[in-house]
Parts: sequence; structure tokens; C-alpha cells
Amino acid sequence: MKRFSINHLRELESESMFVIREVAAQFENPVMLFSGGKDSIVMFHLARKAFAPARVPFPLMHIDTGHNFQETIDFRDSLVEESGVQLVVRYVQDSIDKGRAVEETGYNASRNKLQTVTLLDGIEELKFDCAMGGGRRDEEKARAKERFFSHRDEFGQWDPKNQRPELWNLFNGKKNIGEHFRVFPISNWTEMDVWQYILMENIAIPNLYFSHEREVFVRDGVLYAKTSFMQLKDTEKPEKRIVRFRTIGDATCTGAVESYASSIEEIIREVAATRVTERGSRADDKRSEAAMEDRKIEGYF
Amino acid sequence: MDSSTYLDMELLRFTTAGSVDDGKSTLIGRLLYDSKAIFQDQLEAIERASIKKGEEHVNLALLTDGLRAEREQGITIDVAYRYFHTPKRKFIIADTPGHIQYTRNMVTGASTANAAVILVDARHGVIEQTIRHAYIASLLRIPHVIVCVNKMDLVAFAEETFNRIQKQFMDFSANLDIQDVRFIPISALLGDNVVDRSKSMDWYQGPTLMYLLENLYISNDNNLLDARFPVQYVIRPQITAFHDYRGYGGRVASGTFRVGDKVKVLPSGFSSTIKQIDFGAESIESASAPQSVTMVLDDDLDLSRGGMIVPIENGVSQSQDIDVMVCWLGEKPMQIGGKYALKHTTNDLRCLVKDVKYKVNINTLEKDYDDKSIGLNDIACLSLRTTKPLFFDSYRKNRITGSLIIIDEATNITVGAGMIQ
Repeated sequence: MKRFSINHLRELESESMFVIREVAAQFENPVMLFSGGKDSIVMFHLARKAFAPARVPFPLMHIDTGHNFQETIDFRDSLVEESGVQLVVRYVQDSIDKGRAVEETGYNASRNKLQTVTLLDGIEELKFDCAMGGGRRDEEKARAKERFFSHRDEFGQWDPKNQRPELWNLFNGKKNIGEHFRVFPISNWTEMDVWQYILMENIAIPNLYFSHEREVFVRDGVLYAKTSFMQLKDTEKPEKRIVRFRTIGDATCTGAVESYASSIEEIIREVAATRVTERGSRADDKRSEAAMEDRKIEGYF
Repeated sequence: MDSSTYLDMELLRFTTAGSVDDGKSTLIGRLLYDSKAIFQDQLEAIERASIKKGEEHVNLALLTDGLRAEREQGITIDVAYRYFHTPKRKFIIADTPGHIQYTRNMVTGASTANAAVILVDARHGVIEQTIRHAYIASLLRIPHVIVCVNKMDLVAFAEETFNRIQKQFMDFSANLDIQDVRFIPISALLGDNVVDRSKSMDWYQGPTLMYLLENLYISNDNNLLDARFPVQYVIRPQITAFHDYRGYGGRVASGTFRVGDKVKVLPSGFSSTIKQIDFGAESIESASAPQSVTMVLDDDLDLSRGGMIVPIENGVSQSQDIDVMVCWLGEKPMQIGGKYALKHTTNDLRCLVKDVKYKVNINTLEKDYDDKSIGLNDIACLSLRTTKPLFFDSYRKNRITGSLIIIDEATNITVGAGMIQ
């Protein structure tokens, strides 16, 4: 018998396609969360592969904080047009206007945490019974305990100490009315896997990931883009630097790194050499050691 | 590292098991630290935390304890997944806690593992927990078992101690079905024989743990002979260009399928030929486990989710009455005569528990034919009757088509992990 082996990226790819197909088969009304970041772009790419030549049999949902980089929105819209997928957008601003969420104030004000309200409201309004997210277990230590199929009660909460055991490739998506699931098809990918896969599959990503000149300022050791959403302190002087982003989230809490990496290959070399985690430039995680766990319990992505 | 070396990497999944305080988290921290999978900001964070707790060494265990309750109590509660890579392989560690709900968590971690790393404290030797861990590794048919005798620094790096423990382990595991077992003397705290060779144990000439993990031969771990393709999702594009396209999406469970192969589809039993195998936008000549592909057949047959494509001479078993080794994972005891939901490959069905054939005492490995009470963490052989025929292989032959989960219909919680006999 000839031995067969595939490299780890192909194995991860097949695993993720399997998980995405399970979602389509087990749930009546699933949705895929899409932020415009590389992880959700890869996840959507895997979904297209899983159902080709048919269209992806569920919509994308973008939770829009209003604090976007325009490049991300342009990228999202062109991807939607080219793929023919249906897109739903729910706005944090609407949650604020309805009094469902209260805007943070002060210099470090961010809408990152408010997204949870908009997300849970969106899931309830549109009656989604499963929301797929691009979370990876290597991102943060609370995420390391997350299942592929993560059960949420009627309040959208995660109970980390009482998760369903997940065995072999048998995913249990059974639930009661009002409950829903979060599913993380790329759980087992690392940041490096994602970049290598983008290279291998030649997947388009927003320009923000590549080196460019931008007006930035330093706060708590993190480089932030100067945008109309960020209130500057007197001591903070914006200056032009050559930077790129390692993650793309809400502009108020996504830090840039100084970099000349202008191709995927260069990014991969940079990621391989770097000694700081990708979330090291995320202000939302620096709030406390359990910041991610707390947000996840409430129903964050 | 350039792109081409990274693309040549294989994936190895392993699970770690040990009892309380035998240094499992430290070992994992050591593997991550020495393979440079720990980043500066993570290291700084645990350095701060170690100082705060007044500890002497940087506590590498803090890297793996992800939940607040775990850090506060200094214990690991749930299975955690860790990732690191070397130029040869990418590794996924399923890190399972040793104390509470040990069986439930270890079974979960073991179900997808190619290898199990079992820790033994050199001062205590083989204890009840070691026997449980080895038994679960054999029950779940983890192909490779690596026994790390840890804390060698606390027994003066004595060869006799290591040899004695190795013999203890071999003596009881003779009754188990473990295909490949290795022993390594280590000190996770000091790093001896984890990534770097020990300078204190010249008498040990074998590989370090990292070398072994990088070089275990895993290509034969999948069943290469019996081709099985459980249908997961029927793909029918409602678009003009692919009007007549009907593809069967799924992941090859075992073996290889080629275009032109004569196949049989289950449960109908009709035969056909593989016309095309699609992978995304491209068509490929053959598909092997564990690839996710889409199969197109020559004939229009009644085949949907829950069905299976197998070679014409397939040898797949078919029955409504099956004997299953079950690890009970539910808080509520199992009920004889009780009805449960069941998942097997892509099939959803129901089952009735007819009888408990025997229960395994996992401390002595003896079979008890009288005790019929099955509760959390118990392992027993059950006779089940399913609502419709199951197409399966024994778990010994096939980990995918031989495994199932049992679900409580009232709570929807997964309460049993089953391996078909």
C-alpha cells in the first residue's frame, strides 16, 4: 500500500471544511461572522471551497463598530460582490442610539466591548441558530479551552467550566429553542498557518496588512493610527511612519507595527522572527489578565 | 524559516496525561519555551505573575492555565489546546487535567491523538493514575505512547529508579493493547531530555522527548486499506452553469478513492462508479483520508447525509445490535433500558441500552460482570439496539467509522463516548 501524507496546512484545511459543512448540515439558519480581517477572510475562503461549485449556503454578518478603516469596508464590499454571498450588517451605533449600549468615554474609549450587544441582538433578531467565527485557540489562553462547537444559553453566555466534551470528529450541535451555537472552524490554526495558507492559496487581503505610510501616535507603547475616532492627549504627537497592521479590528484598539513587509512572503518572515504575540498590539486584551475570558463569557466573538 | 520548509511539515496531535503535581504544565511550558513558541509578551506576563505569587522559578505552568479559576487555584480544569512547531512538524497538544473528571477529559483529548505523553513522578513510580492513563490510551487506540519519568532531578538522576519504573509499567501494560511504547527520563523543571540532552544522565542513550515527537512514524496511523466516505452534505448548485451537478461532500474517513473506482452506496446498496472528485474549483484524480472533497457519481442514486460510499468489495459491517465500549461522561448515571440519541459518522439516530455486559475496574483492569451501575467516568461494555442499521467497522480497525457519541435527549449533552467492538 502506497503511503499517503498531506502537509499540515492541507490537513487543517480539510478539518475546517468538515466543520463548516457540519454547520450547514446541522443548523437551520447559520451565519458566518465576517470582520474583514485575515482570519474571517480565510474562513470564508474555506467555506467557498467546501460548497463549490454551489454558493455558500449561509450569509455573512458584519458587526460594524463605525470605527472602521475604509480599506476594510471597500475590501468587504468587493468580496461580497465577487462571490455572490449575502451580507448582513448590524451597527453598534444603532445599539447606542436605542439605548442598548452605552458609549465608553475618555481617552481609551472603545466600542470593542459594545460589539457583543450588537452581535447578540443581531443573532436574536435574525433568528440565527449558529454563528461561525474566525477565533483561533492560539490567540489567547481563554480561547485555548474553546470547543469547535461551543454551546450558548439563551443569554448568549459561554460557560467555560461546563463545556460539552468533543470527541473524534463527532460534533454535537443539538440544542433547545432559544439557544444557539458559536462554531470556530479554524480553531486549530496558528497565526503562521493562516499566513502560509494565504500564500499557498493566493488569497486577497486588505492593503492594511502590508507596509504603508500612515499618521500614527504612541500610547502605552502601542502605535495607533490617527483617526477621527481617537481623542489625542496633549503629549501625543502624531507622526508619519512606515507601518502595517497584524490584526484588523476596531480602529480604536488595533495597534500598528513598524514594518517594511510589503508581500505575503515578507510578512511570513516577519511573523516567524517576531517575539511578540499578535494580540500584543491589541489594547482590548491588555485591560486585565482575564479580559478575554470575561468578554467571552458575556458572548463576545 | 522560508515558505518551502514550512509547507513540508506534518501535523502531529498528542495528548498529555499526568496526575496532580507531576509537572505536566511545566513540561508543556518547557516544550513551548524551548521551541520558542512562547512570545516575549507572554513570558513577561508570567514573570510578573510568578513574582506576584512569590515563586522562585518562572512558573511555566502559568502559561497553560487559561481560566481565572485555574490560575487562582493553581489547577487545570478543562482540556486546553496548545500549538507549537519545529521545522519538521506542527504539533497540537491536547492538555488534559489529571484530577477532576480525569477520564472524561483524557478520553476527549485522546480521541484525536496520534501519541500520548504519560507523565510518571520518579519519586512515586507507577500509581493508579498511571494505570488509568495507559488503559485509556490503549482503549482509544492511540498509536504511540511515550512514558516520561519526570522529576529525575529529585531522585539524583538514578538509572535504577528509571529502570524500575519502566519495568513496573511494562508488567501491567502487558495486558493492554498498546502498539508502541517508549520511556524517557526527564526533568521538565530543568529541561533535561525535553528538548536538550541531559548532562546529568549519561546512562540514557535514547532520544529526547522533542526528537521522538518530531520523528515518530505517523503516516501509517490512518487505516489505509478500507476506503470509507461518509456523506456529509449534498451539493446541488441552483445555478445554470451547473444545473445537473449533484456532488457528495464529505471527508474521507479511511483509505483512498480514485476516479473510475466501482463503488457501492449505503444504505441503499446500489452500485455506481466515481465520475469525478472535486476539491474546491479543481478536479483531482484520487482522494485519501483525511481529505475533505466532493464526489460525483455516474448514476443518479438516492444518497444523502448519513449515507456512505464504500468500494464494491467493502467488508463494512451492518447491524442494529452492537456491543460498544463506552466511557460515561454524564453527571447523571446511565440507565439500562434508557433511550438516547446517538451520533455515528454523519448519522443521527437513537438507541436503546439493552444491557451492561461488564464494567471495567480501571484501577485493576479487571472486568466486573455483576456491577451494572454506570456513572460519570465509568468504562463499560454496553449492548445497544439502534433505530436503524448502522454501517460500521470495529474501532480497532477504524477510529472514524468505529466511534460514536451518546447524547442525553433531555439536556442534549454528550454523555457517552463509544467504541464499537
